[in-house]
Amino acid sequence: MKSLPTFFESKELVTPGDLLAEGDYIAGENTYQEDKKIFAERIGLVEYDNRKVRVVALRAFYIPRIGDVVIGMITEVGFNGWEVDINAPYTAILRASDVLERGFRPQKNDLLSILDIGDLVIAKVTAYDRGSNPVIKISEPGLGKISRGQLIKVTPTKIPRIIGRKGSMISMIKRETNCRITLGQNGLIIISGKTREDEQLAIMALRKVEDESHTSGLTDRIAEMIRKEKEGRRKNVQT
Amino acid sequence: MSKPEKLLDKKGLRLDGRKLDELRPIKMEVGVLSNADGSAYLEQGKNKVLAAVYGPKEVHPKHLALADRAILRCRYHMAPFSVEERKSPAPSRREIELSKVIREALEPAVFLEYYPRTAIDVFIEILQADGGTRCAGITTAALALADAGVPMRDLVVACAAGKIEGKLVLDLMDLEDKYGEADVPLAMMPGINAVTLLQMDGSLTLEEFQNAVKMAMEGCKQIYEEQKKALRARYIAIKEAINE
Repeated sequence: MKSLPTFFESKELVTPGDLLAEGDYIAGENTYQEDKKIFAERIGLVEYDNRKVRVVALRAFYIPRIGDVVIGMITEVGFNGWEVDINAPYTAILRASDVLERGFRPQKNDLLSILDIGDLVIAKVTAYDRGSNPVIKISEPGLGKISRGQLIKVTPTKIPRIIGRKGSMISMIKRETNCRITLGQNGLIIISGKTREDEQLAIMALRKVEDESHTSGLTDRIAEMIRKEKEGRRKNVQT
Repeated sequence: MSKPEKLLDKKGLRLDGRKLDELRPIKMEVGVLSNADGSAYLEQGKNKVLAAVYGPKEVHPKHLALADRAILRCRYHMAPFSVEERKSPAPSRREIELSKVIREALEPAVFLEYYPRTAIDVFIEILQADGGTRCAGITTAALALADAGVPMRDLVVACAAGKIEGKLVLDLMDLEDKYGEADVPLAMMPGINAVTLLQMDGSLTLEEFQNAVKMAMEGCKQIYEEQKKALRARYIAIKEAINE
Protein backbone atom coordinates (compact mmCIF):
# COMPACT_ATOMS: atom_id res chain seq x y z
CA MET A 1 0.00 0.00 0.00
CA LYS A 2 2.96 2.31 0.49
CA SER A 3 3.35 2.64 -3.27
CA LEU A 4 0.51 5.15 -3.59
CA PRO A 5 1.48 8.67 -2.66
CA THR A 6 0.19 10.40 0.46
CA PHE A 7 1.28 13.95 1.12
CA PHE A 8 1.21 14.28 4.89
CA GLU A 9 2.26 12.37 7.96
CA SER A 10 -0.54 10.82 10.00
CA LYS A 11 -1.85 13.29 12.64
CA GLU A 12 -0.39 16.25 10.76
CA LEU A 13 -2.30 19.54 10.74
CA VAL A 14 -4.07 20.23 7.42
CA THR A 15 -6.17 23.11 6.08
CA PRO A 16 -9.02 23.15 3.52
CA GLY A 17 -7.79 22.42 0.01
CA ASP A 18 -4.70 20.49 1.04
CA LEU A 19 -4.05 17.51 -1.23
CA LEU A 20 -4.01 14.55 1.14
CA ALA A 21 -3.61 11.54 -1.12
CA GLU A 22 -3.64 10.53 -4.73
CA GLY A 23 -4.62 7.19 -6.21
CA ASP A 24 -6.71 4.33 -4.90
CA TYR A 25 -7.92 5.88 -1.66
CA ILE A 26 -11.35 6.33 -0.10
CA ALA A 27 -12.44 9.78 1.07
CA GLY A 28 -13.53 9.68 4.74
CA GLU A 29 -14.89 12.39 7.03
CA ASN A 30 -14.11 15.99 6.18
CA THR A 31 -12.44 15.12 2.89
CA TYR A 32 -13.64 15.09 -0.69
CA GLN A 33 -12.54 13.33 -3.80
CA GLU A 34 -11.97 14.63 -7.30
CA ASP A 35 -10.33 12.54 -10.03
CA LYS A 36 -8.61 10.12 -7.64
CA LYS A 37 -7.29 13.01 -5.60
CA ILE A 38 -8.40 13.48 -2.01
CA PHE A 39 -8.50 16.96 -0.49
CA ALA A 40 -9.23 18.26 3.01
CA GLU A 41 -12.47 20.17 3.66
CA ARG A 42 -11.72 21.50 7.13
CA ILE A 43 -8.86 22.41 9.44
CA GLY A 44 -7.90 19.29 11.33
CA LEU A 45 -5.59 16.36 11.80
CA VAL A 46 -5.26 13.96 8.90
CA GLU A 47 -5.48 10.20 9.50
CA TYR A 48 -4.51 7.50 7.04
CA ASP A 49 -6.24 4.27 7.91
CA ASN A 50 -5.28 1.69 5.31
CA ARG A 51 -6.94 3.06 2.17
CA LYS A 52 -9.23 5.44 3.99
CA VAL A 53 -8.24 9.05 4.43
CA ARG A 54 -10.04 11.18 6.98
CA VAL A 55 -9.61 14.47 8.80
CA VAL A 56 -10.44 14.89 12.47
CA ALA A 57 -11.79 18.43 12.39
CA LEU A 58 -10.57 21.01 14.87
CA ARG A 59 -13.28 23.50 13.92
CA ALA A 60 -16.80 22.30 13.05
CA PHE A 61 -20.41 22.58 14.13
CA TYR A 62 -22.89 19.90 15.15
CA ILE A 63 -24.99 18.10 12.56
CA PRO A 64 -27.60 15.76 14.11
CA ARG A 65 -27.34 12.01 13.67
CA ILE A 66 -30.02 9.50 14.62
CA GLY A 67 -29.24 7.96 18.02
CA ASP A 68 -27.10 10.85 19.30
CA VAL A 69 -27.66 11.99 22.87
CA VAL A 70 -27.79 15.77 22.88
CA ILE A 71 -28.43 18.58 25.34
CA GLY A 72 -30.93 21.17 24.22
CA MET A 73 -32.76 24.25 25.39
CA ILE A 74 -36.48 24.83 24.88
CA THR A 75 -36.96 27.90 22.67
CA GLU A 76 -40.66 27.71 21.89
CA VAL A 77 -43.75 26.00 23.24
CA GLY A 78 -46.32 25.12 20.62
CA PHE A 79 -49.74 23.43 20.64
CA ASN A 80 -48.51 19.88 20.38
CA GLY A 81 -44.84 20.06 21.20
CA TRP A 82 -41.71 22.12 21.78
CA GLU A 83 -38.99 23.60 19.66
CA VAL A 84 -35.53 22.87 21.05
CA ASP A 85 -32.22 24.55 20.28
CA ILE A 86 -29.68 21.73 20.03
CA ASN A 87 -26.70 23.89 18.97
CA ALA A 88 -27.13 22.79 15.34
CA PRO A 89 -28.11 24.63 12.15
CA TYR A 90 -31.59 23.15 12.57
CA THR A 91 -33.92 23.44 15.59
CA ALA A 92 -35.21 20.13 16.89
CA ILE A 93 -38.82 19.17 17.50
CA LEU A 94 -39.94 17.49 20.70
CA ARG A 95 -43.45 16.09 20.39
CA ALA A 96 -45.87 16.26 23.29
CA SER A 97 -47.11 12.75 22.51
CA ASP A 98 -43.60 11.52 23.29
CA VAL A 99 -43.38 13.26 26.63
CA LEU A 100 -46.89 12.45 27.88
CA GLU A 101 -47.05 8.72 28.01
CA ARG A 102 -50.79 8.37 28.51
CA GLY A 103 -51.71 10.07 25.32
CA PHE A 104 -51.81 13.77 24.72
CA ARG A 105 -55.00 15.83 24.81
CA PRO A 106 -54.44 19.49 23.87
CA GLN A 107 -57.40 20.68 25.97
CA LYS A 108 -56.28 18.97 29.11
CA ASN A 109 -52.48 19.00 29.22
CA ASP A 110 -50.64 22.25 29.78
CA LEU A 111 -47.33 21.97 27.97
CA LEU A 112 -45.89 25.02 29.72
CA SER A 113 -46.13 23.30 33.09
CA ILE A 114 -44.07 20.37 31.80
CA LEU A 115 -41.31 22.19 29.98
CA ASP A 116 -40.99 25.96 29.78
CA ILE A 117 -38.85 28.18 27.59
CA GLY A 118 -35.27 28.09 28.82
CA ASP A 119 -35.49 24.61 30.32
CA LEU A 120 -32.65 22.26 29.48
CA VAL A 121 -33.22 18.67 28.44
CA ILE A 122 -31.10 15.64 27.72
CA ALA A 123 -32.61 14.08 24.61
CA LYS A 124 -32.00 11.55 21.90
CA VAL A 125 -32.31 12.21 18.17
CA THR A 126 -34.91 9.83 16.73
CA ALA A 127 -35.34 11.15 13.21
CA TYR A 128 -33.40 13.43 10.92
CA ASP A 129 -32.76 13.78 7.21
CA ARG A 130 -31.89 16.52 4.74
CA GLY A 131 -35.53 17.34 4.11
CA SER A 132 -36.85 17.96 7.60
CA ASN A 133 -35.80 19.14 11.02
CA PRO A 134 -34.58 16.63 13.60
CA VAL A 135 -37.04 15.04 16.01
CA ILE A 136 -35.91 14.24 19.55
CA LYS A 137 -37.35 12.28 22.45
CA ILE A 138 -36.86 12.38 26.22
CA SER A 139 -38.85 9.30 27.21
CA GLU A 140 -36.07 6.95 28.08
CA PRO A 141 -34.04 6.32 31.23
CA GLY A 142 -31.20 8.81 31.48
CA LEU A 143 -33.00 11.39 29.37
CA GLY A 144 -35.27 14.21 30.49
CA LYS A 145 -35.24 17.62 32.07
CA ILE A 146 -32.07 18.84 33.71
CA SER A 147 -32.60 20.29 37.15
CA ARG A 148 -29.10 21.18 38.31
CA GLY A 149 -25.49 21.61 37.27
CA GLN A 150 -23.44 23.92 35.12
CA LEU A 151 -23.63 24.07 31.34
CA ILE A 152 -20.61 24.59 29.13
CA LYS A 153 -20.18 24.57 25.38
CA VAL A 154 -17.25 23.01 23.52
CA THR A 155 -16.52 22.40 19.84
CA PRO A 156 -18.74 19.37 19.01
CA THR A 157 -15.97 17.53 17.16
CA LYS A 158 -13.98 17.43 20.39
CA ILE A 159 -16.53 15.32 22.28
CA PRO A 160 -14.83 12.04 21.19
CA ARG A 161 -11.52 13.37 22.52
CA ILE A 162 -13.17 14.33 25.81
CA ILE A 163 -14.54 10.78 26.08
CA GLY A 164 -11.12 9.35 25.25
CA ARG A 165 -10.22 5.82 24.26
CA LYS A 166 -12.86 3.54 25.82
CA GLY A 167 -13.92 6.46 27.99
CA SER A 168 -10.52 6.82 29.64
CA MET A 169 -10.47 10.61 29.66
CA ILE A 170 -13.99 11.29 30.89
CA SER A 171 -13.94 8.57 33.54
CA MET A 172 -10.65 9.95 34.86
CA ILE A 173 -12.07 13.48 35.08
CA LYS A 174 -15.25 12.20 36.77
CA ARG A 175 -13.22 10.19 39.28
CA GLU A 176 -10.74 12.93 40.11
CA THR A 177 -13.29 15.75 40.45
CA ASN A 178 -16.22 13.78 41.96
CA CYS A 179 -18.60 15.32 39.45
CA ARG A 180 -21.41 13.91 37.40
CA ILE A 181 -20.74 14.87 33.81
CA THR A 182 -23.23 14.43 30.98
CA LEU A 183 -21.88 14.89 27.47
CA GLY A 184 -24.12 15.89 24.61
CA GLN A 185 -22.85 14.91 21.16
CA ASN A 186 -23.76 18.47 20.15
CA GLY A 187 -20.96 19.97 22.22
CA LEU A 188 -22.95 20.90 25.33
CA ILE A 189 -21.87 19.45 28.66
CA ILE A 190 -23.65 19.41 32.02
CA ILE A 191 -21.46 19.21 35.11
CA SER A 192 -22.87 18.74 38.57
CA GLY A 193 -20.79 18.14 41.65
CA LYS A 194 -21.08 18.35 45.42
CA THR A 195 -19.39 21.74 45.61
CA ARG A 196 -18.88 24.64 43.26
CA GLU A 197 -15.12 24.12 43.46
CA ASP A 198 -15.45 20.57 42.16
CA GLU A 199 -17.50 21.78 39.24
CA GLN A 200 -15.02 24.56 38.52
CA LEU A 201 -12.19 22.05 38.50
CA ALA A 202 -14.03 19.78 36.06
CA ILE A 203 -14.75 22.72 33.76
CA MET A 204 -11.09 23.69 33.83
CA ALA A 205 -10.09 20.17 32.87
CA LEU A 206 -12.66 20.00 30.06
CA ARG A 207 -11.54 23.35 28.66
CA LYS A 208 -7.95 22.18 28.68
CA VAL A 209 -8.91 19.03 26.77
CA GLU A 210 -10.73 21.18 24.21
CA ASP A 211 -7.78 23.53 23.72
CA GLU A 212 -5.15 20.82 23.51
CA SER A 213 -7.16 18.09 21.79
CA HIS A 214 -4.63 17.86 18.95
CA THR A 215 -1.65 17.02 21.17
CA SER A 216 -0.45 13.68 22.56
CA GLY A 217 -0.14 12.48 26.16
CA LEU A 218 -3.16 14.54 27.10
CA THR A 219 -4.85 12.25 29.66
CA ASP A 220 -1.72 12.19 31.82
CA ARG A 221 -1.31 15.96 31.62
CA ILE A 222 -4.95 16.54 32.62
CA ALA A 223 -4.67 14.12 35.55
CA GLU A 224 -1.54 15.92 36.72
CA MET A 225 -3.22 19.31 36.41
CA ILE A 226 -6.22 18.20 38.48
CA ARG A 227 -3.97 16.74 41.17
CA LYS A 228 -1.91 19.91 41.38
CA GLU A 229 -5.03 22.07 41.62
CA LYS A 230 -6.41 19.91 44.41
CA GLU A 231 -3.15 20.08 46.34
CA GLY A 232 -3.06 23.85 45.95
CA ARG A 233 -6.54 24.03 47.42
CA ARG A 234 -5.72 21.83 50.37
CA LYS A 235 -2.78 24.08 51.22
CA ASN A 236 -5.00 27.14 51.00
CA VAL A 237 -7.45 25.58 53.41
CA GLN A 238 -4.70 24.75 55.91
CA THR A 239 -3.14 28.23 55.95
CA MET B 1 -4.21 62.54 -1.32
CA SER B 2 -3.29 64.65 -4.35
CA LYS B 3 -1.93 63.20 -7.52
CA PRO B 4 1.76 62.36 -7.28
CA GLU B 5 4.02 63.60 -10.10
CA LYS B 6 5.27 60.16 -10.88
CA LEU B 7 4.09 56.72 -9.83
CA LEU B 8 7.49 55.16 -10.52
CA ASP B 9 10.86 56.62 -9.59
CA LYS B 10 14.08 56.60 -11.62
CA LYS B 11 15.07 53.16 -10.37
CA GLY B 12 11.67 51.81 -11.36
CA LEU B 13 10.50 51.51 -7.77
CA ARG B 14 6.95 52.39 -6.71
CA LEU B 15 5.73 55.13 -4.37
CA ASP B 16 6.13 52.93 -1.31
CA GLY B 17 9.48 51.58 -2.48
CA ARG B 18 8.17 48.28 -3.78
CA LYS B 19 9.41 46.49 -6.88
CA LEU B 20 6.96 46.00 -9.73
CA ASP B 21 6.11 42.42 -8.78
CA GLU B 22 6.22 42.82 -5.03
CA LEU B 23 3.27 42.41 -2.65
CA ARG B 24 2.61 44.75 0.24
CA PRO B 25 3.62 43.35 3.63
CA ILE B 26 0.78 41.13 4.81
CA LYS B 27 -0.31 40.01 8.27
CA MET B 28 -3.22 37.72 9.18
CA GLU B 29 -4.80 36.44 12.33
CA VAL B 30 -7.59 33.90 12.76
CA GLY B 31 -10.20 33.65 15.51
CA VAL B 32 -10.06 37.28 16.67
CA LEU B 33 -13.76 37.63 17.60
CA SER B 34 -15.22 35.44 20.32
CA ASN B 35 -18.89 36.08 19.52
CA ALA B 36 -18.70 35.05 15.86
CA ASP B 37 -18.57 31.40 14.77
CA GLY B 38 -15.48 32.21 12.73
CA SER B 39 -13.40 35.34 12.23
CA ALA B 40 -10.21 36.70 10.78
CA TYR B 41 -8.26 39.94 10.62
CA LEU B 42 -5.91 41.01 7.87
CA GLU B 43 -3.49 43.83 7.27
CA GLN B 44 -2.10 44.27 3.79
CA GLY B 45 -0.04 47.42 3.55
CA LYS B 46 -2.37 50.11 4.89
CA ASN B 47 -5.50 47.98 4.38
CA LYS B 48 -7.11 46.72 7.55
CA VAL B 49 -9.92 44.21 7.17
CA LEU B 50 -12.04 42.30 9.66
CA ALA B 51 -14.28 39.39 8.63
CA ALA B 52 -16.83 37.46 10.67
CA VAL B 53 -18.83 34.37 9.77
CA TYR B 54 -22.05 33.14 11.39
CA GLY B 55 -23.70 29.83 10.65
CA PRO B 56 -24.86 27.67 9.06
CA LYS B 57 -28.07 28.62 10.83
CA GLU B 58 -31.79 28.77 10.13
CA VAL B 59 -32.75 31.29 7.49
CA HIS B 60 -34.72 34.37 8.44
CA PRO B 61 -36.87 35.45 6.63
CA LYS B 62 -37.88 31.87 5.90
CA HIS B 63 -38.87 32.33 2.24
CA LEU B 64 -35.21 32.89 1.32
CA ALA B 65 -34.30 29.33 2.30
CA LEU B 66 -33.48 26.85 -0.46
CA ALA B 67 -34.58 23.23 -0.17
CA ASP B 68 -31.44 21.80 -1.74
CA ARG B 69 -28.61 23.92 -0.39
CA ALA B 70 -27.52 26.62 2.01
CA ILE B 71 -27.52 30.25 1.01
CA LEU B 72 -24.42 32.37 1.40
CA ARG B 73 -25.04 35.97 2.36
CA CYS B 74 -22.30 38.49 2.20
CA ARG B 75 -21.93 42.07 3.36
CA TYR B 76 -18.95 44.15 2.36
CA HIS B 77 -18.91 47.37 4.33
CA MET B 78 -16.49 50.24 4.69
CA ALA B 79 -16.29 51.93 8.06
CA PRO B 80 -16.95 55.70 7.96
CA PHE B 81 -13.35 56.27 9.08
CA SER B 82 -11.79 53.87 6.58
CA VAL B 83 -11.10 56.58 3.99
CA GLU B 84 -9.78 60.14 4.09
CA GLU B 85 -13.12 61.87 3.62
CA ARG B 86 -15.78 60.45 5.96
CA LYS B 87 -17.84 57.86 4.16
CA SER B 88 -21.53 57.59 4.92
CA PRO B 89 -22.10 54.33 6.79
CA ALA B 90 -25.14 53.49 4.64
CA PRO B 91 -24.33 50.86 2.01
CA SER B 92 -23.42 52.61 -1.23
CA ARG B 93 -24.01 51.35 -4.74
CA ARG B 94 -20.39 50.27 -4.90
CA GLU B 95 -20.57 48.31 -1.63
CA ILE B 96 -23.74 46.49 -2.68
CA GLU B 97 -22.08 45.46 -5.91
CA LEU B 98 -18.90 44.36 -4.17
CA SER B 99 -20.94 42.31 -1.71
CA LYS B 100 -22.43 40.40 -4.62
CA VAL B 101 -19.10 40.00 -6.38
CA ILE B 102 -17.41 38.73 -3.22
CA ARG B 103 -20.27 36.34 -2.53
CA GLU B 104 -19.89 34.90 -6.00
CA ALA B 105 -16.15 34.58 -5.49
CA LEU B 106 -16.65 32.60 -2.26
CA GLU B 107 -19.65 30.46 -3.28
CA PRO B 108 -17.75 27.94 -5.45
CA ALA B 109 -15.45 27.14 -2.54
CA VAL B 110 -18.14 26.28 -0.01
CA PHE B 111 -20.02 22.96 0.03
CA LEU B 112 -23.40 24.67 0.24
CA GLU B 113 -25.25 21.48 -0.77
CA TYR B 114 -24.30 19.84 2.55
CA TYR B 115 -26.64 22.00 4.60
CA PRO B 116 -29.98 22.62 2.90
CA ARG B 117 -32.40 25.19 4.35
CA THR B 118 -29.66 27.10 6.16
CA ALA B 119 -27.81 30.37 5.74
CA ILE B 120 -24.16 31.25 6.15
CA ASP B 121 -23.56 34.94 6.81
CA VAL B 122 -20.26 36.62 6.00
CA PHE B 123 -19.53 40.13 7.19
CA ILE B 124 -16.53 41.98 5.83
CA GLU B 125 -15.67 45.24 7.51
CA ILE B 126 -13.05 47.49 5.96
CA LEU B 127 -11.47 49.41 8.85
CA GLN B 128 -8.90 51.18 6.74
CA ALA B 129 -8.77 51.24 2.96
CA ASP B 130 -5.83 51.71 0.66
CA GLY B 131 -6.78 50.07 -2.62
CA GLY B 132 -7.51 46.43 -3.35
CA THR B 133 -9.99 46.05 -0.50
CA ARG B 134 -12.23 43.67 -2.42
CA CYS B 135 -9.27 41.31 -2.74
CA ALA B 136 -8.27 41.74 0.89
CA GLY B 137 -11.92 41.17 1.83
CA ILE B 138 -12.10 37.87 -0.05
CA THR B 139 -8.84 36.63 1.45
CA THR B 140 -10.03 37.48 4.96
CA ALA B 141 -13.53 36.06 4.48
CA ALA B 142 -12.10 32.73 3.30
CA LEU B 143 -10.05 32.51 6.48
CA ALA B 144 -13.09 33.31 8.62
CA LEU B 145 -15.14 30.63 6.82
CA ALA B 146 -12.45 28.02 7.46
CA ASP B 147 -12.28 29.15 11.09
CA ALA B 148 -16.06 28.69 11.42
CA GLY B 149 -15.60 25.05 10.38
CA VAL B 150 -17.53 25.48 7.14
CA PRO B 151 -16.41 22.71 4.75
CA MET B 152 -14.60 24.16 1.75
CA ARG B 153 -13.06 22.85 -1.45
CA ASP B 154 -10.12 25.18 -0.96
CA LEU B 155 -9.29 28.55 0.55
CA VAL B 156 -10.05 31.47 -1.72
CA VAL B 157 -7.32 34.05 -2.22
CA ALA B 158 -7.51 37.28 -4.13
CA CYS B 159 -4.91 39.65 -5.47
CA ALA B 160 -4.84 42.39 -8.10
CA ALA B 161 -2.42 43.25 -10.86
CA GLY B 162 -2.50 46.36 -13.02
CA LYS B 163 -0.65 48.86 -15.14
CA ILE B 164 0.96 52.10 -14.09
CA GLU B 165 3.02 54.31 -16.41
CA GLY B 166 3.07 51.55 -18.99
CA LYS B 167 4.43 48.88 -16.65
CA LEU B 168 2.59 45.90 -15.22
CA VAL B 169 2.56 45.86 -11.42
CA LEU B 170 1.30 43.57 -8.68
CA ASP B 171 -1.03 44.45 -5.78
CA LEU B 172 -1.98 48.06 -6.50
CA MET B 173 -2.50 50.52 -3.72
CA ASP B 174 -4.99 53.37 -3.77
CA LEU B 175 -2.92 55.98 -5.64
CA GLU B 176 -1.76 53.48 -8.25
CA ASP B 177 -5.33 52.35 -8.73
CA LYS B 178 -6.62 55.92 -9.11
CA TYR B 179 -3.93 57.33 -11.37
CA GLY B 180 -2.73 54.17 -13.07
CA GLU B 181 -3.99 52.82 -16.36
CA ALA B 182 -5.58 49.53 -15.37
CA ASP B 183 -6.53 47.25 -12.48
CA VAL B 184 -7.20 43.50 -12.72
CA PRO B 185 -8.46 41.95 -9.48
CA LEU B 186 -8.46 38.15 -9.46
CA ALA B 187 -9.62 35.57 -6.92
CA MET B 188 -8.73 31.91 -7.12
CA MET B 189 -8.49 28.60 -5.31
CA PRO B 190 -4.81 27.80 -5.83
CA GLY B 191 -5.03 24.23 -4.52
CA ILE B 192 -7.40 23.17 -7.27
CA ASN B 193 -6.38 25.86 -9.76
CA ALA B 194 -9.75 27.51 -10.26
CA VAL B 195 -10.45 31.21 -10.77
CA THR B 196 -13.57 32.52 -9.01
CA LEU B 197 -13.36 36.24 -9.72
CA LEU B 198 -11.82 38.18 -12.57
CA GLN B 199 -12.51 41.81 -13.26
CA MET B 200 -10.80 44.57 -15.20
CA ASP B 201 -10.94 48.30 -14.98
CA GLY B 202 -9.00 50.45 -17.45
CA SER B 203 -7.45 49.43 -20.72
CA LEU B 204 -4.88 46.75 -21.51
CA THR B 205 -3.81 45.00 -24.68
CA LEU B 206 -4.64 41.32 -24.87
CA GLU B 207 -1.03 40.41 -24.20
CA GLU B 208 -0.81 42.76 -21.22
CA PHE B 209 -4.04 41.35 -19.86
CA GLN B 210 -2.76 37.80 -20.05
CA ASN B 211 0.45 38.80 -18.30
CA ALA B 212 -1.48 40.70 -15.64
CA VAL B 213 -3.59 37.60 -14.94
CA LYS B 214 -0.46 35.50 -14.65
CA MET B 215 1.07 38.06 -12.32
CA ALA B 216 -2.05 38.22 -10.12
CA MET B 217 -2.07 34.42 -9.89
CA GLU B 218 1.52 34.42 -8.69
CA GLY B 219 0.55 36.99 -6.06
CA CYS B 220 -2.40 34.82 -5.00
CA LYS B 221 -0.14 31.84 -4.50
CA GLN B 222 2.13 33.84 -2.21
CA ILE B 223 -0.82 35.05 -0.13
CA TYR B 224 -2.24 31.49 -0.08
CA GLU B 225 0.83 30.27 1.79
CA GLU B 226 0.40 33.06 4.36
CA GLN B 227 -3.27 32.12 4.73
CA LYS B 228 -2.44 28.51 5.52
CA LYS B 229 0.22 29.60 7.98
CA ALA B 230 -2.30 31.87 9.74
CA LEU B 231 -4.84 29.05 10.04
CA ARG B 232 -2.30 26.67 11.53
CA ALA B 233 -0.61 29.20 13.79
CA ARG B 234 -2.98 28.88 16.74
CA TYR B 235 -2.74 25.09 16.95
CA ILE B 236 0.99 25.00 16.43
CA ALA B 237 1.47 27.57 19.19
CA ILE B 238 -0.40 25.35 21.69
CA LYS B 239 1.60 22.31 20.62
CA GLU B 240 4.89 24.15 21.07
CA ALA B 241 3.90 25.55 24.45
CA ILE B 242 3.32 21.99 25.68
CA ASN B 243 6.52 20.58 24.30
CA GLU B 244 8.59 23.16 26.17
